[in-house]
Parts: sequence; C-alpha cells; structure tokens
Amino acid sequence: MTDAAISADSARPVADARSAGRFLFIAGTVLLVVWVLLPIYLLVVNTLSAPVEVSGFPKSGIPSFDMTSVNFFLSFGGVARALWNSILVAVLTMVLSIGLGAPAGYALSRFDFPGKGSFRMLVVMTRAFPLPLLALPLAVFFIRTGLDDTAIGLAIVHTVLAIPFAVLITFSIFAGIPVELEEAAWTLGCNRWQAFQKVVWPLVLPGIAASAVFAFTISWNEVFAAAVLTIENRTLTAFLIQSLNVSPLHLKFAGGTALVLPALIFIFAVRKYLFAMWGISNR
Amino acid sequence: MAEIKIKGIAKSFGAFRALHSIDLEIADQEFMVLLGASGCGKTTLLRIIAGLETPTEGEVWIGDRRVDHLQPRERGIAMVFQNYAVFPHLTVFENIAFGLRMKKLPQSEIDARVKRTAELMHIEQLLARYSGQISGGQRQRVAVARALAMEPDVILMDEPLSNLDALLRLEMRAELKGVLAASKTTTVYVTHDQVEAMSLADRIAVMNGGRIVQAATPVEIYRNPKARFVGSFIGSPPMNFMPAKRGMNGSWKVGGIQLAGPADNRQDLEFAIRPEDLLPAPGGFSAEVRVVEPLGAHTLITADVDGRPFRAVLDSDVTVAPGDTLSLVPKPDRIRWFDPETSEAV
Repeated sequence: MTDAAISADSARPVADARSAGRFLFIAGTVLLVVWVLLPIYLLVVNTLSAPVEVSGFPKSGIPSFDMTSVNFFLSFGGVARALWNSILVAVLTMVLSIGLGAPAGYALSRFDFPGKGSFRMLVVMTRAFPLPLLALPLAVFFIRTGLDDTAIGLAIVHTVLAIPFAVLITFSIFAGIPVELEEAAWTLGCNRWQAFQKVVWPLVLPGIAASAVFAFTISWNEVFAAAVLTIENRTLTAFLIQSLNVSPLHLKFAGGTALVLPALIFIFAVRKYLFAMWGISNR
Repeated sequence: MAEIKIKGIAKSFGAFRALHSIDLEIADQEFMVLLGASGCGKTTLLRIIAGLETPTEGEVWIGDRRVDHLQPRERGIAMVFQNYAVFPHLTVFENIAFGLRMKKLPQSEIDARVKRTAELMHIEQLLARYSGQISGGQRQRVAVARALAMEPDVILMDEPLSNLDALLRLEMRAELKGVLAASKTTTVYVTHDQVEAMSLADRIAVMNGGRIVQAATPVEIYRNPKARFVGSFIGSPPMNFMPAKRGMNGSWKVGGIQLAGPADNRQDLEFAIRPEDLLPAPGGFSAEVRVVEPLGAHTLITADVDGRPFRAVLDSDVTVAPGDTLSLVPKPDRIRWFDPETSEAV
C-alpha cells in the first residue's frame, strides 16, 4: 500500500465531525425559530403599520406604530361582544375539562381497574372523529335541545376536544407524585381526602393550572365548531372568519394579532409548567 | 403496651399468593426485623400492619385492639418509607409537625416535640429548609424524626437505609438502634440485608415464599437454623451442605469421613457446617483448594470436597495456595443436620 492511499484514508480530526454536528444543530434551531416567529413577526408588524404601508412595497420591516388598524378593529361592531363570548366559552371549557379530566387522570395514576387500558385509548379516540363529520348531527341535536348558539353548548364541544389532553396531562402530573407521599400522609393522621388536599393538591397545582390554560387555549383557537354552532353569540374566531373575509388586508392582520396574542401570553406565562405537564419536572 | 399479634394473615394478589397464613407475635418494645429476599412478602406484611394493604384473611392486633379493619391513621403507628416520602412542598419543620397538626396539638406542644426529635436526629439546623435542599441522608433523618414525633405505639420501617451509601448506612444503623431503643416503641423493620438485620434486631423473622421460616434471636437464627433455607440465606459466606449416608453404629458417612450424628432411622440426611467452624487438622474432609481470598482478619477458601464446592474461613496465618489439599475438621458441636426431604432441621 502506498503512502498516498493511506493519507487519502487518514482519519479526520474528531473536531471536524463535532463542528459539523454543531452547524446542523444551529441551523436546525434557526430554521425552527424562524418557522415559528416569522409569521408572528409579520402579523405584528403589519398590524402596527398604517393601512397604506401594509399594501405598499418595499417594506421597511419596522413597525411605524400607526394605530389606525388597531383602533378601527377595536371599534368594529361586534368585536367586543365576540371577545367576551370567546373568554366565556374558553373559561367554561377550562373548568369543565379540568373538572372532568383531572379526576380521571388521578384515577388512572392511582388505581388499577378493569378496562384501564381501553379507557386511556378511548379518551384519545375522541380526537379521532373529525369535527366536520360531527358538525351536522351536533348542530341538529343542539337545536333540538336548545343548546345551539349558547356559550355552554359550545363549551361542551370544546371540552370534548380538550379532555383527552386534560386527562393525559393530569395523569402524568399525578403519576409524578410518588404514592408514598400520600401513604405517609395517611399514616400521619390523614384520611384519603385530607391527604389529597394537604399533600397532593399543593404539588400538582402548578401543573393543573398549566393544563387548564392549555384547555383555555384549545377553546380560544377553535374555529370550526364555533362557526357552525353559533350565530348570534359568535366567539372571536368565528366572528373574524365571517367578517374578515370581506375586510381589507390591514384589518385581517389586526384580527389575526388579536387571536394570537392571548394564546401567546398564556403559553408564555405557563411555559415552565408545560414541561411539568409531561411529568419531567415538578418534583 | 403495644405488642403486635398477627393471626393467620394471608394475602393474594389475583392468583398470586403473596402471604400464606402468617402467625407472628411481636412483644412490646421489641425490635423485630422481617428479613428475606425480594418478593418474599416482607413488605406486604409490613404494609398490612400499617393498613396500607388489606389482608385477604386473618387478623392484626396492636395492643388489645383488633386493627385490620381500621384506617392507617387509627392504628397508632408511624411509618418510615424506603424513599423517605418527605413532603417536598413543606419545610423540614412542617414535615415533622405534619402529624402533630393533624392531631390538633397546641402550637407550644408541636414546637417542643419538633425541637426534641430534630435534636435527637441532629437536624435542628435544617428546620427551615425544604427537602430539595437537603441530602438523602438528611431526608432519611427527617423521615425518622417525623415518625418519632408522633410518639406512636409502633414504628414500621420499610428498608429505610437501602437508599443510603455504605458509610452513611453504617452510621445511621447504629444511630437508629440507639434512638429506637430509647424511644421504647415497638419496631417492625423490613430489610433484605442480613447484616442490618443481625445488628439491629431483638428477633429476626426470616421469610421465604410468603411464609415465616424462622423467628428467633439473631444468634439462634445463625447457630441453629430451623430450615436449610435459613442456613443458606444467613451468613456470608453461607453454610456448607453435604449429603450424609447412614453408616455403622449410628455414625454418618459425609464426604469420605465418618461423623457422629443424630440417632435417626432415615437412610439419608444433609450435613451442614458454617465455614468458620472448620479447622485445618488431620482426619477431616480432604479439600482440594480452588480459590484463596485473604480478607485480613480471615482467609476465605473455596475448595472441592467430594466434587462439591465447600467454603472455609480460616485464620489468616494459615498459608495455603490453590491446588493444595487441606484436611478440614468440623467442630462437632457446630454440626447441624437437615432432612433432605422436608429441608427441616433434625
């Protein structure tokens, strides 16, 4: 074998591979961040620009903090009411899905019962039916029972959407609390309820709050059921879908921002617990 | 008075029978260790005494009360868990005070008891900390202090030292023994560590396959195992066993030599001897040495006698090398005999 053959096959320094990996890592990170942030950035910039700038070219990329669009949007008839409906439905969804989902999550984490595996499966299965498929029968049923066009009616549908998350997330939160903590509380004089209240509840509270916010966001962002099942009492999403179709571009941007902002703020506020939700921390 | 009586306790998990009709009496202020390998049912038995597990059959009495239908909190017990179970959202002070607050004791009494038990366990400087801010050994101390502060009739401990490192375990073992003896409570302590069991226990209950094989003092368990299992489980290294055949005039043939044995009309017995009860002297087993392990105080020898592995603990000034043939004489008063069919002592 010649020297040339050997040198052609010589080992490259490990640092080469490491720096290549590092490049991939950074490139991937940048790509993901741009993927998420760019639309939000454009949304915000165009909202805060004057209507002329929105459709003009070239773009400066820096908002001029012209509040025309925002002011027009906020004074637009029905926006305030739709906003209130959205909040009402989202809060109801949050209460219902945690109220039903958290006990189910606790039961899944603490007890063995027949059909436990199928139950977990079924909970997720509720997401397997596409909403458009259910929309017509639901609308008919709601009209018959008088639930159509009410906040509670829509909240029930949103609860169905949010409950799989509520159950599985609270399950992992409760599963992250060692059962010995409860048993220790029992031997120290607590009954089952007191042990839950004094030991489990304070430990799961942040996680439960986070999954409640998650349910809130699911309801807040949901548009299909809201558009089908409400007419007078539209939520913000349904209202915007209906009216923004026929609005000028700068108003669409303002509406989009109004939708994204609360979800962003909520998720940002509970970002720490979104990890706890998957049972990673919270010890 | 808090003696514990366990009468015919059995427990099944589905088709699996974890405990077979356990009978055990633990005297007031006694330190009883439940010893056995994992899966022998020792923790299940402890949890039944605690009320964390419901027995399938049988009765549990603490003092003169039958408690098997009572909630854990009504039994006058305190428990120390293997993973400590120190509440992470409370300070050390509030952890120790937890049970006292449930009893609705006056604040002055709570302060006094927390202070006393914290001093006893040497954690008085940690009272303001949370469990995330203290070490594993300190958490263990908090768990014990929390149990002691309850001033229970019975303290139950489930492998409390198994998560500590070796040095800390030795230290805590000695400390626990002192503290629990001073507290004058009845203690039931579960462990799989025979050294821990020997050093702590007034009495040891050796468990195997959901049964108590022998319940006796550590020395009795060590010297006079009631069953082959106890001899093979207790002691490091464990007992040596050899088949024995009936010989002439009431003697027994074991590994090529004749030994005086029990007057028994069976044809076969099993001979057993502890490794340290063998002396290198003429006229004993002819042992072909395989491995020599000098341990300082002693030398551990693994040899072949009659084609079977045989261990001896010899004085460290005996010079021996692998391949040598030694003659090992068993001390006559330390020989034990077992029935090969029932595995019980003869």
